[in-house]
Amino acid sequence: MTKYISKRVLFGIATLFVLATVTFFMMYLIPGSPFAGELKGVSESIRERLIAQYDLDKPIMLRYIKYLKNVLAGDFGTSLHRKGALVTDIIAKGIPYTAALGTVAFCVAMSLGTLLGALAAFTRQRWIKGSVSFIATIGVSIPSFLIALLMMVVFGVKLHWLPLVGLGGWKNYIMPSLALALGPIAMISRLVKSGLQEELRQDYITLARSKGTAFVVIVFRHALKNALLPVVTYAGPLLATLITGSFVVETMFTIPGIGAEFVNSVTNRDYTLIMALTIFYGALLIIANILTDVIAAAIDPRVRLK
Amino acid sequence: MEKLLTVENLTVDFVTDEGTVHAVRDISFDVFPGEILGIVGESGSGKSVSMYSVMGLLRETAAIDCRTLRFDGEDINPCSYPDKKAYAGKMQEICGKSMAMVFQDPMTFLNPTMRIGKQLCEPILNHTNLSPKEARERALELMRLVGIPSPETRIDQYPFEFSGGMRQRIIIAIALANDPKLIIADEPTTALDVTVQAQVLDLIRDESRRLGSSVILITHDLGVVASLCDRINIMYGGKILESGTDEEIFYQPNHPYTKGLLSCICNPENDDAQLQPIPGSPPDLLQPPVGCPFVDRCEHAMKVCKLYMPEHTELSSTHRSACWLNELAGRGEHRD
Repeated sequence: MTKYISKRVLFGIATLFVLATVTFFMMYLIPGSPFAGELKGVSESIRERLIAQYDLDKPIMLRYIKYLKNVLAGDFGTSLHRKGALVTDIIAKGIPYTAALGTVAFCVAMSLGTLLGALAAFTRQRWIKGSVSFIATIGVSIPSFLIALLMMVVFGVKLHWLPLVGLGGWKNYIMPSLALALGPIAMISRLVKSGLQEELRQDYITLARSKGTAFVVIVFRHALKNALLPVVTYAGPLLATLITGSFVVETMFTIPGIGAEFVNSVTNRDYTLIMALTIFYGALLIIANILTDVIAAAIDPRVRLK
Repeated sequence: MEKLLTVENLTVDFVTDEGTVHAVRDISFDVFPGEILGIVGESGSGKSVSMYSVMGLLRETAAIDCRTLRFDGEDINPCSYPDKKAYAGKMQEICGKSMAMVFQDPMTFLNPTMRIGKQLCEPILNHTNLSPKEARERALELMRLVGIPSPETRIDQYPFEFSGGMRQRIIIAIALANDPKLIIADEPTTALDVTVQAQVLDLIRDESRRLGSSVILITHDLGVVASLCDRINIMYGGKILESGTDEEIFYQPNHPYTKGLLSCICNPENDDAQLQPIPGSPPDLLQPPVGCPFVDRCEHAMKVCKLYMPEHTELSSTHRSACWLNELAGRGEHRD
């Protein structure tokens, strides 16, 4: 187990290295420069000094090696767009909002998704089955910004039930987390529904019934655990995605998270911030995947961690 | 003798998209205490379905109609309960305690993600007041009983760490957990290697003798029942065509289908004899024949066979067969 995890971590570091390298070189292939807009009116000498200050006149290989050295020393550099601001500070400032919202959205998605899926699997009521599959279709097909807009119009502007912007109190979380969670809810409820129906058809359920075990107990003791396995494999990457935030939802609800930073940094050609965010997101995804595998192995003994 | 299980006029239908499948059609039989009853028939003859309906294990798509279903002095006829809940409650008391089942495929009938010990303890904890620790002791005892080597380490393993034969022993141990009065074994050796088939059958026979319990052995292999059973029912197309003691079935078979089955058995003393397969295939149970289900494959088929199902003729106090030939023989006008 420990051997497995350390191996996966080493692989993860190698993956991060490849990711950083590819991103670094790709960034410079994109036309444009961080100072394209601001340097129009300044003199030639100032422009040259500025470019020299950020090493932009050096060959790319040299810059790459220097960047790697700095990163290994824990220095991700300063933002090219916001003068003097450390990129680590920018990320550290945005993360609490994004992570809080992402965690709420994750919990909402998992609990509501499982609940709806189980409901659809067991109910004999046509309308419940119908509404669950309706929600699932809506969640998959309608993009989150449209849902967000709809909710803002109805609950914010028309009914005045929920605040429209910021993350002040618990009420602020309801709309953005729902907007983030609706897609995952649809996915999870379908996974749980089909998983439960599939497991309840299995032969071992018949054997459990022949022991005189009550149906409700069979569902919880035998079927649920096996049915949740596909959900676990989906939930790991989902958590990583939700924690890194969504540009659209954060922008719409004016949440100062890092989701917006990601997109802005690319438009601004803020090379250091792009790099730091990419490495951060990559690391998060790798950790989430390792966790997923460990949990899946804990649920299903046939999954061997090698 | 007091009967342990009485089944009278049991009919099971399945409603499917293609129509209604008449899987079991009006069968009646008894099981006496301590005996081994073999139910023989080919795939789709309704042998498993009839036993599943006795234990209440069929899914909700199954429509069961039955006149009498009594087990050990208790009414277990689903038709005589006011609702499904009351029936399910009754069956929860009986299943796994006084009536237990050994299933066909040891690879799929154990929960893959649950330790063997927990699966073994489940029927014990369901039906006794033993503490989890005592139940574990009992589970170890059961594992020793069915011949699992080093049960102390095996009990905490998962099904995938067991071979097919060992898994089947675990399934038998689960069935034996509460010393049942009736063990229903549904083709217990079909999915096993030939080398372990005999061991598993011996185990079922020995344990049922030790407990004094009855066994219903479902199989499509007449060779299996020959060595084991006291009485045999021959099923075909959802009906019981012939029933008798094993001597009657093997040495005085009456029904043409039984005779056909017997001629399919390989006789080691007579190498030259060709095996005689029965031509044709079993009837479509979506539209079962109104007459004898075997009529299309029977070499003695007559007009009457196609139109009417013959009644059972009593050939002896234990031997019954449903064939028009017996009616004709009784009236002395037998003709092919």
